Amino acid sequence: MKIKVNGEERQVASGLALASLLQDLKLSPSIVVVERNRRIIPRKEYSDTQLVDGDILEIVHLVGGG
Amino acid sequence: MPTKKKIERLKIGDLELTSRLIVGTGKYADFQVMKDALIASGTEMVTVAIRRVDLSKLGSGECLLDFVPKNIHLLPNTAGCYTADEAVRTARLAREACGTSLVKLEVIGDQKTLLPDVVGTLEACQLLVKEGFTVMPYTSEDPIVAKKLEDAGAAVVMPLASPIGSGRGVINPYNVYFILEAVNVPVIVDAGVGTASDAAIAMELGVDGLLINTGIAQAKEPVKMASAMKLAVEAGRLAYLAGRIPKKLYGSASSPLEGLVE
Repeated sequence: MKIKVNGEERQVASGLALASLLQDLKLSPSIVVVERNRRIIPRKEYSDTQLVDGDILEIVHLVGGG
Repeated sequence: MPTKKKIERLKIGDLELTSRLIVGTGKYADFQVMKDALIASGTEMVTVAIRRVDLSKLGSGECLLDFVPKNIHLLPNTAGCYTADEAVRTARLAREACGTSLVKLEVIGDQKTLLPDVVGTLEACQLLVKEGFTVMPYTSEDPIVAKKLEDAGAAVVMPLASPIGSGRGVINPYNVYFILEAVNVPVIVDAGVGTASDAAIAMELGVDGLLINTGIAQAKEPVKMASAMKLAVEAGRLAYLAGRIPKKLYGSASSPLEGLVE
């Protein structure tokens, strides 16, 4: 299925869990925040969140700034 | 000049800080320099930004938070936002990332000057206060706007000294006085402080704190400048509390006029 992650389209396995996607992207769940279709997903729900075709994800983290 | 109740520590929401210097974490040459500068500054609060993870650099790179001493409070900002909606969205992401309700609210009006869009800032402030955020809005030197932000529930107001990164110091000290008179919440001058004397001058006006990023991070020696800013903030605050002499047109002798040999 096709999803969008940080503005880029990605082909991923059907029914992929958010936690698995983060694993594939080598991202530590404790340092990112995920917004799925404009809704922030709490960390404890990452394993239970099944992505669907057309999902738009924003994966963000803290960076330096003033 | 306005006199406000002289409190020992800087109160922001539920927090009480001994250091009146908040420091930004952007624009350093590397994280180690940043860490050393933060320690030299004596700061107890630093700003951070929220950005997309760069997915092309999977699993590599250093993490900002590994270089921020653990006792320092994080103050996430909404830098890069040009509308109230963007700022609210970013603030929610920031709260999730930092686990704090503090937010430095920025709604920028113009890419060249980076001056705040005060209308958007006020709108965002109202929305964020309703959602339980402790809002620290970056604003112009307009005391009318500062009062409106306070009325909207802002925990502090943060008027600029001069545009972000411009290093021109406080260009409108009279308006800073007006803001100090207009609001009861802490006033923290944010943006444009370029060197130690700028910081001292700002504190001598009677403001409650300063937020400095570029002035430290892009100095030739950031760690030295961080120390200088720390001392300047302390000196400026002390001078303010000490009560300076008035400026006079004519001289008045410091040594006695009697007892001169003839």
